[in-house]
Amino acid sequence: MKNIKFFLILFLSLFIFTLFFFGLKKDINYYPTNFEKKVDFNFNSKDLFTLQNISLNEILKKDGYTLLNIWSSWCLPCRKEHKMLMELKNSKNLNMIGLNYKDETNNAKNFILENGNPFQKIFIDNDGTKSVMLGAYGVPETYLIKNDENIIIKKYIGILNLKNISEIKKILK
Amino acid sequence: MKKLLCIILIFILLPSNIFSKENIDLNNKISKNLRCIVCQGQSIYDSQSDFAISVKSIIKQKIDNGDSEEEIYKFFEKRYGQWILYEPKFSKNTVFLWLLPIILFLVAGFYIARRISVK
Repeated sequence: MKNIKFFLILFLSLFIFTLFFFGLKKDINYYPTNFEKKVDFNFNSKDLFTLQNISLNEILKKDGYTLLNIWSSWCLPCRKEHKMLMELKNSKNLNMIGLNYKDETNNAKNFILENGNPFQKIFIDNDGTKSVMLGAYGVPETYLIKNDENIIIKKYIGILNLKNISEIKKILK
Repeated sequence: MKKLLCIILIFILLPSNIFSKENIDLNNKISKNLRCIVCQGQSIYDSQSDFAISVKSIIKQKIDNGDSEEEIYKFFEKRYGQWILYEPKFSKNTVFLWLLPIILFLVAGFYIARRISVK
């Protein structure tokens, strides 16, 4: 009986040890994987420069790809990311759209004047609700949309890195 | 005359107040049942992150539009997956989670009943 107790305790402590040993190293943050991939084309918002209401429907082309980037002038990583977006600006088959997240209109305009404009259109999202409609976390975030199928094929949460850029370029080829 | 006016005013304002209170209760209930994805571990109700503030205002808009609680949960589930809901639905992945307490209760109950009857 004593032996059984000893082994039971040993087994249990080993079990708990391995559980914690592997469990504590695991990334527990959740990133949505089974999100809605279809794009809501009725999505509409004001244009940053003209302040006119436009819908995604009007500006999405029928073929090729669209890169939708959520950015803000107060977001430091966005400044870094902007350079990479400028690199993608002249890519073939690519339509670039910005979504300005919880920003002052003037600050956003100055940001674009300072750093260049890679976008064909920039939507305004004053209260962050438009981004949530698209299933976003915050800034920066980027979606690659395949225009003819109306689906999001890539979702990049956080700042784009060089690996992501080369992946996008590969898809565009 | 003043009294009458007061009473009429109370009657006019009262139903709308009750109505908005119901909406606020529903709003709180829904935001407590949604998980904040940016500051994981907090509910939307507790969190003051940019994400949570936007979600709260969407919930308010949707309630004002007359959407039901179920519809609002579906809206968020569609965009962020089932993880955003605090109460997981019954599916083949959650069978064990839902049934384990019942199984434990039955087994323990059976064990206790047997011990009592033996005595």
